[in-house]
Amino acid sequence: MIADILAVLWKEMKELSLRQGRGLGRGLLGTLIIPLVFGIFLPWQEGRRWVSTSPFPLIFSVWMPLLFVSSVVADSFAGERERHTLETLLASRLSEGAILFGKLAAAVSYAWGMTMISLLLGLVTVNLIYGRGELLLYPAETAGSMVLLSLLGAGLMGGIGVLVSLRSPTVRQAQQVMSLVSMVLLFGVIYGLRALPLAWREALLRPLLAAGVKQVVLFALAALLLLDGVLLAAAMARFRRARLILD
Amino acid sequence: MTATAIRMEELRRDFGAVRAVDGLTLEVPAGTVFGFLGPNGAGKTTTIRLLLGLLEPTAGRAVVLGFDTRTQAAEIRARTGALLEHSGLYEQLSAEDNLEFYGRAWRLPAAERQKRIREVLGEMGLWERRKERMGNWSRGMRQKLALARAQLHRPALLLLDEPTAGLDVMAAVAVRDDLAALATRQGSTIFLTTHNMAEAEKLCRQVAVIRQGKLLAVGTPDALRAHAGGPRVEIIGRGFGEQALALLRERPEVAAVGVQNDHLTLDLRAEADTAPLVSLLVGAGVQVEEVRRGKASLEEVFLTLMEEEK
Repeated sequence: MIADILAVLWKEMKELSLRQGRGLGRGLLGTLIIPLVFGIFLPWQEGRRWVSTSPFPLIFSVWMPLLFVSSVVADSFAGERERHTLETLLASRLSEGAILFGKLAAAVSYAWGMTMISLLLGLVTVNLIYGRGELLLYPAETAGSMVLLSLLGAGLMGGIGVLVSLRSPTVRQAQQVMSLVSMVLLFGVIYGLRALPLAWREALLRPLLAAGVKQVVLFALAALLLLDGVLLAAAMARFRRARLILD
Repeated sequence: MTATAIRMEELRRDFGAVRAVDGLTLEVPAGTVFGFLGPNGAGKTTTIRLLLGLLEPTAGRAVVLGFDTRTQAAEIRARTGALLEHSGLYEQLSAEDNLEFYGRAWRLPAAERQKRIREVLGEMGLWERRKERMGNWSRGMRQKLALARAQLHRPALLLLDEPTAGLDVMAAVAVRDDLAALATRQGSTIFLTTHNMAEAEKLCRQVAVIRQGKLLAVGTPDALRAHAGGPRVEIIGRGFGEQALALLRERPEVAAVGVQNDHLTLDLRAEADTAPLVSLLVGAGVQVEEVRRGKASLEEVFLTLMEEEK
């Protein structure tokens, strides 16, 4: 099973790198803009706080993978369907699990890798501009949280993306749905909270505000892990050869 | 390997009210090239999907390489190579990377994989172009590469869905030659769907004809020709008047007479002697230039079967 997942992962990463390489000036710029903003511009604006008191690195470690994943995961099954390669893939000896996990692993590792690069770039930027001979590092707890949050955040969006891609006849449609999902995830939380009566909002936020950063991060990790598991199970249930052939 | 590569028993597949495959019962002997003939929409592609376990039958069963398609589809796919309706190649990747991926998928060890990729690309005349992104290739070259991919892991069974459909004459001939060489070289069972009779005639030891999901006939091309009609004589000459044609129609061994310009075609009821017929024509004033004995082509057999079914 592992060898089969790696075979799919190899193919996906190869295709992804070739797509990015050929899209120079459009695809590549689109990919680089996020590390440039979150790895250079924002740390430069925040200064030394970026590695000490700023909540941004933690927030971005969840948010950035969502952006990276949504840009690639839409293609996973809808792209195969659109380019007429899906049936041949399904006719191979690869199991449903290997195909699904291989594609998901490709999207997650790309998004997680890019997020890690962006956060490291932020560290380099802060050290170059504000270090003054001192080595500035993220606190160990923050670094660990960022690694885990970004991984689980990528898993969350990857799971949603695979489900959307499995159902979409074209890549364009999958991308549109993914954009909508990203917007809902981002603005839905903000405006959803605002729409609630004040008493409800306070009742919801009071425990979080009282808990402190560590507990909030642990809660977020647990919630993401649960959601990732649910989405993965849903994707596994949805991925049936006969259904994909007939879609 | 079992002596029978594929066995279908009352195999049926419905899509809502449409019956795509209608009670197929058929055996494909191992090691043969088997042609599955039928017009567009006859149920050929659905049958291939059923054999690969990509679709479940509505009723009946199919056993491929000794494995039931309903319960052991993974075993079948592990031992089968397929070239489906679309070539299924990744256009972003090079020819070599396309094969590399499927070599990994079929768990060929790295050294064996490299060796096989070199072999199959060499056999198809594509080795020199292995590094090219195949998105720019012609349809014929893509089909050759897809054929190379299907046989990469030396499968016991190759399922090919209209491998020359949509190709120009030259490309179709090249792919057909590759298939003929493959059948001789590898000794695998090849199950080939086509509506190209010349292709079936050239490649297949046995053929089955289907229409609207139903099996109309099965056997060797010669046996099907015998079923469709007796021997045929073609006479080229001048002066095929009504009197001469009427005399021919009176002969008991003549089943049908057809004339077009200077060509006279006689369908005979049995292996009759041609000489008296030629003498009769000469006596009636016909100037005979050439006499040819022949058999109905597979295309004519196919058309006859389609007419009978209607």
